[in-house]
Amino acid sequence: MAENTAEKIHDVRLEVNGVTHAVAVPARRLLSDALRQECGLTGTHVGCEHGVCGACTVLVDGRPVRSCLMFAVTAAGSEITTVEGLAEPDGSLNPAQQAFRECHGLQCGFCTPGFLTTVTAGIKENPCPTHEEAREMVAGNLCRCTGYQNIVKAVERAAEIARGDAPAAGPPDGDDGGLEAATGDTEVARKDDASTTGLGA
Amino acid sequence: MKPTAFDYARPETLEEAVQALGSHPDAKVLAGGQSLVPLMSMRLAAPALIVDINHLPGLDHVTADASGVRIGALARHADVLASADVRRVQPLVSLALANVAHPTIRNRGTTVGSIVHADAAAEMPMVLQLLGGSVDVVGSGGRRTIAADELYVAPLESSLAHDEVAVEAFFPALPAGSGVAFEEISRRHGDYAMCGVAAVVAVEDGRVTSARAGYLSVSDVPTVVDLTDALAGSVDDAALARAAEAALAQLEPESDIHATAAYRAHLAKVLTARVLTAAHDHAREE
Amino acid sequence: MSTKLMGEAVQRVEDDRLLRGGGQYVDDIDLGALHLAVVRSPHAHARIRSIDVDAVLDIEGVHAVWTYDDLDGAMAEPLPLLIPHPTLTHGRTQYALARDEVNYVGEAIAVVVADDRYVAEDAVGRVVVDFELLPAVVGVEAARAAENLVHDDVPGNIAARSVQQNGDAEAGIKAAPHTLSLDFDIERSACMPMEGRGVTARWDTANGRLQVWTSTQTSTGVRAAVAAKLGLDLLQVDVITPDVGGGFGVKINHPWPEELLVSLAAQRLGRPVKFTEDRREHFISSAHERAQLHHVDVGFDDEGRLLGLDVRFWHDHGAYTPYGLIVPINASTQLVGPYKTGPYRVTFDSLYTNTVIVTPYRGAGRPQGCFVMERTMDAIAAYLGKDRADVREVNLIQPDEFPYDHGLVFQDGRETIYDSGDFAAMLEKIKTLVGWDDFESYRAEMAAQGRRVGIGLAAYVEGTGAGPYEGAHVNIESSGKVKVATGLTSQGQGHQTAFAQIVADELGVPFEDVEITTGDTRRMAYAVGTFASRAAVMSGSAIHLAAKRAKEKVLRLASDALEADPEDLQIVDGVVSVKGSPGTSINLGTVAVLSNPLRYAFDEASKAATQFSVGDASKPPVAEDDEPGLEGKDFYSPIRSTFASGMHAVIVETDPDTAEITILKYAVVHDCGTVINPMIVEGQIHGGVAQGIGGALYEKMAYDESGQLLNASFMDFLMPYVTEVPDSIDIDHLETPSPLNPLGIKGAGEAGVIPGSAAIAAAIEDAEGLPITAMPISPSELFELRAQHAVATTTPEENR
Repeated sequence: MAENTAEKIHDVRLEVNGVTHAVAVPARRLLSDALRQECGLTGTHVGCEHGVCGACTVLVDGRPVRSCLMFAVTAAGSEITTVEGLAEPDGSLNPAQQAFRECHGLQCGFCTPGFLTTVTAGIKENPCPTHEEAREMVAGNLCRCTGYQNIVKAVERAAEIARGDAPAAGPPDGDDGGLEAATGDTEVARKDDASTTGLGA
Repeated sequence: MKPTAFDYARPETLEEAVQALGSHPDAKVLAGGQSLVPLMSMRLAAPALIVDINHLPGLDHVTADASGVRIGALARHADVLASADVRRVQPLVSLALANVAHPTIRNRGTTVGSIVHADAAAEMPMVLQLLGGSVDVVGSGGRRTIAADELYVAPLESSLAHDEVAVEAFFPALPAGSGVAFEEISRRHGDYAMCGVAAVVAVEDGRVTSARAGYLSVSDVPTVVDLTDALAGSVDDAALARAAEAALAQLEPESDIHATAAYRAHLAKVLTARVLTAAHDHAREE
Repeated sequence: MSTKLMGEAVQRVEDDRLLRGGGQYVDDIDLGALHLAVVRSPHAHARIRSIDVDAVLDIEGVHAVWTYDDLDGAMAEPLPLLIPHPTLTHGRTQYALARDEVNYVGEAIAVVVADDRYVAEDAVGRVVVDFELLPAVVGVEAARAAENLVHDDVPGNIAARSVQQNGDAEAGIKAAPHTLSLDFDIERSACMPMEGRGVTARWDTANGRLQVWTSTQTSTGVRAAVAAKLGLDLLQVDVITPDVGGGFGVKINHPWPEELLVSLAAQRLGRPVKFTEDRREHFISSAHERAQLHHVDVGFDDEGRLLGLDVRFWHDHGAYTPYGLIVPINASTQLVGPYKTGPYRVTFDSLYTNTVIVTPYRGAGRPQGCFVMERTMDAIAAYLGKDRADVREVNLIQPDEFPYDHGLVFQDGRETIYDSGDFAAMLEKIKTLVGWDDFESYRAEMAAQGRRVGIGLAAYVEGTGAGPYEGAHVNIESSGKVKVATGLTSQGQGHQTAFAQIVADELGVPFEDVEITTGDTRRMAYAVGTFASRAAVMSGSAIHLAAKRAKEKVLRLASDALEADPEDLQIVDGVVSVKGSPGTSINLGTVAVLSNPLRYAFDEASKAATQFSVGDASKPPVAEDDEPGLEGKDFYSPIRSTFASGMHAVIVETDPDTAEITILKYAVVHDCGTVINPMIVEGQIHGGVAQGIGGALYEKMAYDESGQLLNASFMDFLMPYVTEVPDSIDIDHLETPSPLNPLGIKGAGEAGVIPGSAAIAAAIEDAEGLPITAMPISPSELFELRAQHAVATTTPEENR
């Protein structure tokens, strides 16, 4: 007769991106795993499972939190936002997402969801980060591809976009073409020129 | 890296929590979980019962008055750090908290949880000890207050009874004429420090009447050293050097992969001088 | 009119998906798979007396547990030795599951298949292995001493001894007016992609087909290995590389035991099975790199000109040699950098240790070679009292000396002949970029504030784009859209974007109409893989050639349709037209329709291609030398690698009290030939530089003498956060196109990491006035060095 039949299954209601997911999980199921497996939201990535890398960062009641350091059972009753829930209601990319694309703030994309959730909350809390604050905002997330140079640019650009300081990238409904022209400050102007060239085809 | 199976209790009241803890010899309180969960995922900890206190009412307070700062068991580091009252009443709490891991960890981790985790490499146990604070705990025997100097009994071990839940930490206010400072050196920003030192210096009529320093990562339990004698004259290089030597005599730095014992000892000396100077300056501004 | 996209910072087509959480990494593929977990050795060296799995099957949710005894056929043989270099006389590889001995902590001993990873880990914990402990060999020194052997049948722990020489180095040194003897040490690090290894497999019993999704740098390599090990025909196996969360080299090694065991489990159990490596496993059971000890004898003249260079080094390759000698060969042949070394001899021993295997990590031996050469240059300058840049300058290969033959055999078995470059111009650029000539005034200014700064410089040449080949298939659909497949894989380099730029330029189609598929053996069965900074060179060239073939066919068919000479045709925005007569035109999609004579019409467009509409009734619908479809396929196979180059310069500050090391300025001059997309190239440089800084100041594998890895977590293996990398990296480009491929491309992927340790060590040495011969270096180590140096220099001889 098999053992472990005693592991109790808990019925948990997880509120994720405004949708209620009724899941049945053992108490030890990490929130990161529940989001990925039970909720099918695989945008939250697991990079270390000991809370250091930040890839699994989600927003819990609006605050960035490591989902690998929470049990799903504990998260019941909280509002959770994952990378899948960041886009604007009309489906266009949110300022952080737009900025990461404009500034080439991602390469392999594995750590990116954790950065995006962190930055989305960060610029909400601090809409005008100084350069130092922009760095500090992402200082708890590891990226092995980018050397962070363009990520920091993206944080500053995201804040600009969110503030409406600079014209938004593309029409508000979000042109999903890879080449959409972004007009913006001088930092991204060179890339914008190239994009425009691409569109000129 | 997945935790072993455990039973899970989600008490609604403190009494239920205490009862649950008492129900199993291998029960463990879960608050922020930022230290506990990784240990469980690495299977270095495998509690049989997790008592999740995150949903207990009335434990997330952060208050400050003339006597000091009171921090509830469910107040997250970020909440404490954000409090202007805390910063005003006992600035050392805020100074130290800014060095606790990264903001995302501080969003979930609790200050009280860190204090009772009793890690000699962590900031808040040392700061509690240095400031002569205390922790209120509730257990089957009722509520009691444990003074900081009775809290840390061994490495990673506090004097809480098995069925006790820490409900509040108290940090005394910074008295007038006193100053504080904190500095730590870690390999990466946000890592556990290779060495960290905090100081409280009291000045009266331009003379140092009390000087105490607390140390991180250079002993196996949070350690506080009284350096009043060393600074009794004037606060100059010679006095600071004497203080650093006096402190070092009471520390037991060890080598690990990040730093040799000699380097940690050196940092303890350098930082002792730095924080005593800064705390002394701070005291004179007060 | 289309503008050329080559050289433009086109935004990436990959990003929208990845930014929305829509990436599909291997663990995201939901087939309802069972989870495989691995029982790993807790000991660095031990004999397995017995394995007791009885307790495991009692656990609910466990489906299988297997040890070596459950393997048969080729699966029971050792894993392949992928690159059997002739000097690798004593190559050894592990078994998919350890047979009777384990040789590193983390080696796979048994597998469990269970409902989920949680239960699988419970089961792993119940497997009881009885070990007889054997002495562990840890580190190069212990391996050299050979008091204990890793493998009983490998004397001296030496897997290979390689000697290469060009001229008589010994005689050159002997005759030189000045000589130096130097020792250098580099420790272990690792690629450490954010996504670990992972594999999912599904066996289709009815059709006898295996589908494998794996986080690899070579899908064709995995396919061949899985087929061979499972006794399947190649055509029974598909290997698909989904999104990969970083590779940096570690995912080029294959087949990993798990790639085979997951495939086997899927076949045996008839259910999809997956393995997702966790971080601890990645530390102890994937691969590391870098550890080498070096001894240099060098002779030089009064100007610092090299007259003879004799290098001996010892390479720690860990417990097994699945990837052959690529790393030490790279180190030995790329050490020469941009310099005319004079007579050169290099000898290395590749040594077994009871530690994790070594396979290439970004740079792959070049960072070590660069460290040795550049530190030697600095030592010569210090000895002669000359400017470090001047000593380099007198040794540089000059622009008129290309192709320059070093007389060495490179890692691909081909000659080390530099194809192009301009090292003198590069040196000038880097000096300007970092402010080399103004540094002494800056140093004085900082010293006045009690601050200590230093400057360092390092140069490298990197053979990129190793063969044997890559291919591409370009298919123009009747919609006008262009579907392109190339077989090598992508791990974040933006291939979909860069390759589409090449296709759009060559075919004259809108960029957004081009779709690139990589790493899917169903689409391109012939491929090698993504390593050696080769994707842009190899697949970029192949795609260019294949697009050219497709274009030739477009023009041939269009010239028939438009009754014009192909020479007079142009393709702009997907429309073929007669030059000067834009009204005479045909869409690419229509040409595609015409290329495929049809019996059956399925829509309006295809009616135009039925036999009643097209073709000369007197000829076969498809000519003898033609084939249906508007496609182009081609392969690119260069005679040898192309050589990219670069120079880095760095200014550091060292804290006189705490010995903390801070990078104040980091400057890069980089030459990767023709640049396809400068935004992507700069991103690659940024990432490489950050890894270089990690390797120089933070990251090392800390093994204890028993072979336990003490820092197998992100808590203690110190990958840089943003706070550990400089606030800006100044980059300047130089473009000397490669004559070896049609686009003039050289590789760019690895370069950023290569000179990091060399340049940073030089800067610390300059700041501190004490020799830095071992990297990485921590504040604690600098503190200890200061103490040793203070003792050593109490003798009258001042070092500085």
